[in-house]
Amino acid sequence: MHLLKDDSAADRLSNPALAERVRAQEFSAELAPSMDHLDQLEAQSIYIFREAFARLKKIALLWSLGKDSNVMIWLARKAFFGKMPFPALHVDTGKKFPEMYRFRDHYGKEWDLDLRVEPCPPIDAVDPTLPPAARSAARKTEGLKMALAKYGFDGLIAGIRRDEEATRAKERVFSPRGLEGNWDVRDQPPEFWDHFNASPPQGAHLRIHPILHWTEADIWAYTKRENIPIIPLYLAKDGKRYRSLGDQDITNPVASNAASIDEILIELEQTKVPERSGRALDHETEDAFERLRVAGYL
Amino acid sequence: MNMIVTSASPGTPNGTTRPQVRIVIVGHVDHGKSTLVGRLLHETGSLPEGKLEMLKAVSARRGMPFEWSFLLDALQTERDQGITIDTTQIRFRTNSRDIVLIDAPGHAEFLRNMITGASQADGAVLIIDALEGVRDQTRRHGYLLHLLGVKQVAIVVNKMDRVDFSAARFKDISDEISAHLNGLGVTPTAVIPISARDGDGVAMRTDRISWYKGPTVVEALDRLEPARPLEALALRLPVQAIYKFDDRRIVAGRIESGSLIAGDEIVIMPAGKIAKIKTVESWPMTPVAGRQGAGRSLGITLDRELFIERGDIIAHAGTAPRETRRLRARIFWLHDKPLTKGDQLLVRSGPKESRATVVAIEKAVDPGELSSSENKAIGRNHVGEIDISLSNPIATDPYTENPRTGRLVIEVSGRIAGGGLVLSVDAGQRAVPVDIVPVESALRPDERSARYRHNGAVVWLTGLPASGKSTLARALERRLFTNGGSPILLDGDTLRAGLNSDLGFSATDRSENIRRLAEVATHLARNGHIAIVAAVSPAREDRAAARRIADTAFREIHIATPAEVCEERDPKGHYKKARAGALASFTGIGNDYEKPEAAELVIDTSKRTVAEAADEIEQMLKATGVLFDELVDLAANI
Repeated sequence: MHLLKDDSAADRLSNPALAERVRAQEFSAELAPSMDHLDQLEAQSIYIFREAFARLKKIALLWSLGKDSNVMIWLARKAFFGKMPFPALHVDTGKKFPEMYRFRDHYGKEWDLDLRVEPCPPIDAVDPTLPPAARSAARKTEGLKMALAKYGFDGLIAGIRRDEEATRAKERVFSPRGLEGNWDVRDQPPEFWDHFNASPPQGAHLRIHPILHWTEADIWAYTKRENIPIIPLYLAKDGKRYRSLGDQDITNPVASNAASIDEILIELEQTKVPERSGRALDHETEDAFERLRVAGYL
Repeated sequence: MNMIVTSASPGTPNGTTRPQVRIVIVGHVDHGKSTLVGRLLHETGSLPEGKLEMLKAVSARRGMPFEWSFLLDALQTERDQGITIDTTQIRFRTNSRDIVLIDAPGHAEFLRNMITGASQADGAVLIIDALEGVRDQTRRHGYLLHLLGVKQVAIVVNKMDRVDFSAARFKDISDEISAHLNGLGVTPTAVIPISARDGDGVAMRTDRISWYKGPTVVEALDRLEPARPLEALALRLPVQAIYKFDDRRIVAGRIESGSLIAGDEIVIMPAGKIAKIKTVESWPMTPVAGRQGAGRSLGITLDRELFIERGDIIAHAGTAPRETRRLRARIFWLHDKPLTKGDQLLVRSGPKESRATVVAIEKAVDPGELSSSENKAIGRNHVGEIDISLSNPIATDPYTENPRTGRLVIEVSGRIAGGGLVLSVDAGQRAVPVDIVPVESALRPDERSARYRHNGAVVWLTGLPASGKSTLARALERRLFTNGGSPILLDGDTLRAGLNSDLGFSATDRSENIRRLAEVATHLARNGHIAIVAAVSPAREDRAAARRIADTAFREIHIATPAEVCEERDPKGHYKKARAGALASFTGIGNDYEKPEAAELVIDTSKRTVAEAADEIEQMLKATGVLFDELVDLAANI
């Protein structure tokens, strides 16, 4: 590429202002369009998806039906030119909102997903020392372990983000999980220059986090730009909306009048309330989330 | 983190775009990194309402005085240990920048986390305790910033309240660290006296540091520049995968530098094959028109079906990266077991991986030490320069030419154990005296290969006297030339008449004879020619030396004509003379010919015609990437 042409038409112009304009045009004709913030996030996520697909044998995407995992599916389809070449795994607590099930059944077909729905064990099977909401979420962890055992995945793609919760800020993009699905916070391998540790020990698996570097506002801005479908529960109705969607019994709406994505973005600009404030389990004890994470909860 | 929800996204409805700068705060343990971060969040109004009060209440409940660093120590395990254990990412704003702050820890145990954080940073703040001064971890972090390519470094001298805001103490520390960093080629953008606990110098120039005229920390952060644009550099598109989900065969990857557009002539390294970009593919709209620049993840289709694999690099002809099996790198080492000469590793350069051997270790030092004593091995958390020999050729650039492709990571047992910068490729084959300055050809290998339709190579024919080497070599030379190539015959006997006329037939002289043949042949191969060497070369060790010299260009062909047939042919009468005892050191009638164990091709000339044998060689050269052949090279290979 020749950025500075000797024979530039601009050099032959005597009017400096005009010469400047011509020079700018010559420049823009030769340069690629610059990437905005969302373009950069997208390119990085696509890179991660392709690395995961190239380096692991059997992967699946954890589809929680929420805004983040819908963006992930969209990114996966971008990475692989239309069709996601691995299964979408929905670990179903059976307690999601009806809107969420309708969304799953509709877009599972429309997006041509290889959808696998896996159930969770009954609540009695879960550690009774955990606080109620954490115990409910831990049930999902058990369901996930069962699905892992059933299919033998060596990589699970999960839609967690660094900005959403303090312990998630500690995560790597390729994050090894022990044989029990647990996360060893203290012994994480280094990860730099987009080189990922992709060799889990025998029997263990990797969590892959393609949108770890996104923020809540990024997700919404991208959802709007790409026109990605969402579950209507995210938009305000009667002064309330859901910022984060989990099980019906442990997720509460927040006070909001944001009835469109644009309004959500404005709301996010102004709020200082954490995204997961509607999630009961985060507030039960200071370390509930951390204990769950170590046990393999997303 | 959940406590910081001020959005850093420029994708806001009003469409404002502010430069985003990623920074890392590094320095010795307990010099005040977390305190500075806590204070910065407070000063820039980035804390959620009630967070400060909540943490103060938690501190009171635990019977501890409140510290600013508690803001970051969100993990209970961290608070229990009293150290920050990992990288977190926090966002806040200065006047003109969105800052993404990566809080890197200072405990020596967690250097791997500091590297994980700092490798993503555009700039760094190196913090030093005014009372303790420059410590080993200060120096180590300074060195690693340099190795990771972080060039914008602001120095913060913290805890000035503990030295009564002494300008003299500040100057001592400032001089010491500046000298250390200057020695590494890093010029600090600012050296700032602060008290993170009290707030002096963080966002305000207080009376207590009235003698200081430079920027505050917030002002220094505001002046950081975002990552350098890579588009002006030569095109590098490392191939992540080849997809064939439908009737398109898409070569997928991310442009690391430069740009491309449909219609571009490209060269695929390391093989050096040439093609044109047919389309640039995307989803949901495809194909995409227009130029695509560095940073884009995309797919391309080519105008012909070539064998391409993950790890290849797509470049423009004329500005292609160099292919090598040998390189020198400056690395940092994170593994428990020190890195020593002879160690077997896995090297990753982008999506490319290759097994490798450490051939030499130079300059192994602990960057934390003041006097850098040199070691034979690179210990954990130390740095050094190493020469690596790769089992597969890779295409790479020196770091100074391309910061993206000029770096690599090293894996041991499937885990990242180190990383570093490529200093030079093809380095250290032998020690090169400093006063010899080799002059490079004005032409690049890929320019020649585009014309000749082949890569440079050393085709080495070894076998008994009269086995048919010279005959076959001449036939091959004619064949390649007829096809437009550039073959050059190097016959052992012919060179002995001139270049090697000072050599006899002792083992030492024979080795030297082979070395010279290999050197000349390799020089020709590096310049795009196919050097055809016909030489008995009976010693396995000598041929191995030739292979080391010619490296990836070497193709060994064993002319395995049975000894009886050779002796019967005896066109030069050598066997007859030897039988008569008139020819000492003659290979053929004794058992002194050591057969190749892994030649690229074995040919018995008693069983086929010269033309058939030449066919076989041609097929081998095609299959091993010397000759370009588009018809045979089908997508079925993927």
